Amino acid sequence: MKSKSCSSAGSADQSSIKAGLSTTLKAGAQIIVDTLIEQGVDTMFGYLGGVVLPLFDRLYDAPINFINPRHEQGGCHMADAYARASGKVGVVVATSGPGACNLVTGLATAMMDSVPVVAITGQVRTELIGNDAFQEADITGITRPITKYNCIVKDVEDLARTVREAFYIASTGRPGPVLVDVPVDIEVARCKTDGPVEMKLPGYRVRTKGNARQISMVAKEINKAQQPVLYVGGGVIIANASEELRAVAEKAHLPVTTTLLGLGSYDQSRPESLDMLGMHGAAYANYAVQECDLLIAVGARFDDRVTGKLKAFAPNAKIIHIDIDPSSISKNVRVDIPVVGDAKIILAALVKEVEYHERKRWFKKIAEWKNKFPFSYDRDSTTIKPQYVVEEICRLTEGRAIITTGVGQNQMWAAQFYRFSRPRQLISSGGLGTMGYGLPAAIGAQVAKPEALVIDIDGDHSFNMTMTELRTAVENKLPIKVCILNNGYMGMVRQWQELFYNKRYSKSYLSNPDYAAVAEALGAVGITVDKKGDVPKGIKKMLGVARPCVVDFRIEREENVWPMVPAGKSLNEMDGLDILESMA
Amino acid sequence: MKHIISALVENKPGVLAHVAGMFAARAFNIDSLVVGRTEDPELSRMTIVVIGDDRVVEQVRKQLAKVVPVVKVQDFAGQPVVARDLMLIAVSATPEKRPEVLSMVEMFKAKVVDIGQKLLMVEVSGPERKIEAFIDACRPYGIKSVARTGTIAMPRQVKTDSRPLITDNR
Repeated sequence: MKSKSCSSAGSADQSSIKAGLSTTLKAGAQIIVDTLIEQGVDTMFGYLGGVVLPLFDRLYDAPINFINPRHEQGGCHMADAYARASGKVGVVVATSGPGACNLVTGLATAMMDSVPVVAITGQVRTELIGNDAFQEADITGITRPITKYNCIVKDVEDLARTVREAFYIASTGRPGPVLVDVPVDIEVARCKTDGPVEMKLPGYRVRTKGNARQISMVAKEINKAQQPVLYVGGGVIIANASEELRAVAEKAHLPVTTTLLGLGSYDQSRPESLDMLGMHGAAYANYAVQECDLLIAVGARFDDRVTGKLKAFAPNAKIIHIDIDPSSISKNVRVDIPVVGDAKIILAALVKEVEYHERKRWFKKIAEWKNKFPFSYDRDSTTIKPQYVVEEICRLTEGRAIITTGVGQNQMWAAQFYRFSRPRQLISSGGLGTMGYGLPAAIGAQVAKPEALVIDIDGDHSFNMTMTELRTAVENKLPIKVCILNNGYMGMVRQWQELFYNKRYSKSYLSNPDYAAVAEALGAVGITVDKKGDVPKGIKKMLGVARPCVVDFRIEREENVWPMVPAGKSLNEMDGLDILESMA
Repeated sequence: MKHIISALVENKPGVLAHVAGMFAARAFNIDSLVVGRTEDPELSRMTIVVIGDDRVVEQVRKQLAKVVPVVKVQDFAGQPVVARDLMLIAVSATPEKRPEVLSMVEMFKAKVVDIGQKLLMVEVSGPERKIEAFIDACRPYGIKSVARTGTIAMPRQVKTDSRPLITDNR
């Protein structure tokens, strides 16, 4: 139904566009396309519909690579992952009503993970707004809490400025999604477009520099700390500050732990790396945070999956928080020294003031934890362990692939067992935890990085949610790879049911299709691996294929993710340490 | 504790919804919210009375400032301000009770703005406490209906003395 034109947005509009081209006046649709190009957009994602027909007509001749997803949610995740992989703004277009509503999950995902996305939605004609018109939805109302900013354009004169502002707001400060809703009559209305249009944002200011006095205070604290820990989030990747982070960590000799979204900001093969912290983080990272005397948070937001029980979080530590979003500071944890600004600028200033200290006892203690509780699993098992699959993917790709994930156990195993060495290498829905993110994210990342090897490490139930997008990859010749860790369960909730609900596996099981056959039917290559001995062979075969490829790994069905900080417990109260210790 | 927060916002559609939605989404408690035009046609002022401890109010202030069309945010806590509410109240006042009610109006420096056979409509402005006191005083006569604005506020200019001549800080 969606692709059918709204009767009222029909032929009259077409003629008025043509009329617009013959004069100096420009139609709204053309203004949008021209502003996109002016903003450097060469790639976008979107789905057609009645009220965006004028815009799509203008896109027909535009020098923009346009990817059609099979569902707007997929398109929004693609734009999001395109942004995460490239550092540019991702753009997605959808029609009014259902099209716009289908963006909601994608926008909320981008909002939680601070991803610059600009969404342009069509809207019914201005005079119909509020009348429950066909395919009308109050999308600015619906998306207000899940966008950094949104607005509806009711005058074509405001269109160029608004689209420009959308890009500026989406990509500066703490980035986030911005939605611009454009009624179809504004797309066809014409106006003069001579001269530059100035942005008008009196309420939008971004602090980037960081207060010099506070930076000196931070340096002083670092220089005198006996047991410091750097706690790094996705903000460092967004700020392109990995080099500066490495410089600080090396010069001051600081152990570094990252959040899920921070993985890749610091090379995990470096000796200072403590890998990921949090609910399923490394035991050594969690212990280090709990015992540190100084916690330096950079571009992280003290999420509950990271801190565990707030009152018991890093109880002996002075807390420093470097973040571009002032509202992040002291939101969850009382901060001793805040520095508001861009992580790249602040870390570059900080490195000049920090001194090297050996901190022998602290690093010795950490090494002991690392030896005692590494991430591990039963390597002698005869079944396929998911951790083994991820380790093998890492080994056979030499740790070079861009990894996207679904959400749940698959995501945690990918985070624990793949080794990330560079920023923008892991693309995962952290804050919102959006199942179904992995496949469209792989497509978006592959569009951004055509030469890269992009692998979606997914769960069977996550993959189910958006697997229709496989056809998008096939159609656009995007050679993404999907490795399904197939345990036949919604694995993470099954784990919770096992641990906290007496193994009553209520509704955590769905019957799965034959994924290899599905892949083949959609035009990709499908491989099934059900024997441990075939895992390396299956991965090699996948890597040898130049087309999109899905490998269905039939893994151990009731494997759990360890360690685990149960909800409401503090970070050092981890379950599963005995298991890790016995496997170490 | 009650805090009066004053926010200068862009005068355009959706701003009120944005601010109100943010308060709801973040589970902040609003005691009152008043929006009105300012001397600048492009700007409106929102005066919001929030209940919460200092930590909550600090978050309210920061989250408000983060809303793109919000231009400036001030928390008036700890500084001398003039804070006023406006109320229209319809009180039962039969002819024999009328003098009593009128003398009460006089006492509160309120104003009768409409008169009916059985009702008086009274306009009262002042600090919230005064409004509450007037409502209490009217109860014995019977209150037909009440319409109130919520608080608007402005900081005092006099800062030489920590105790202003007239205090109505809350």
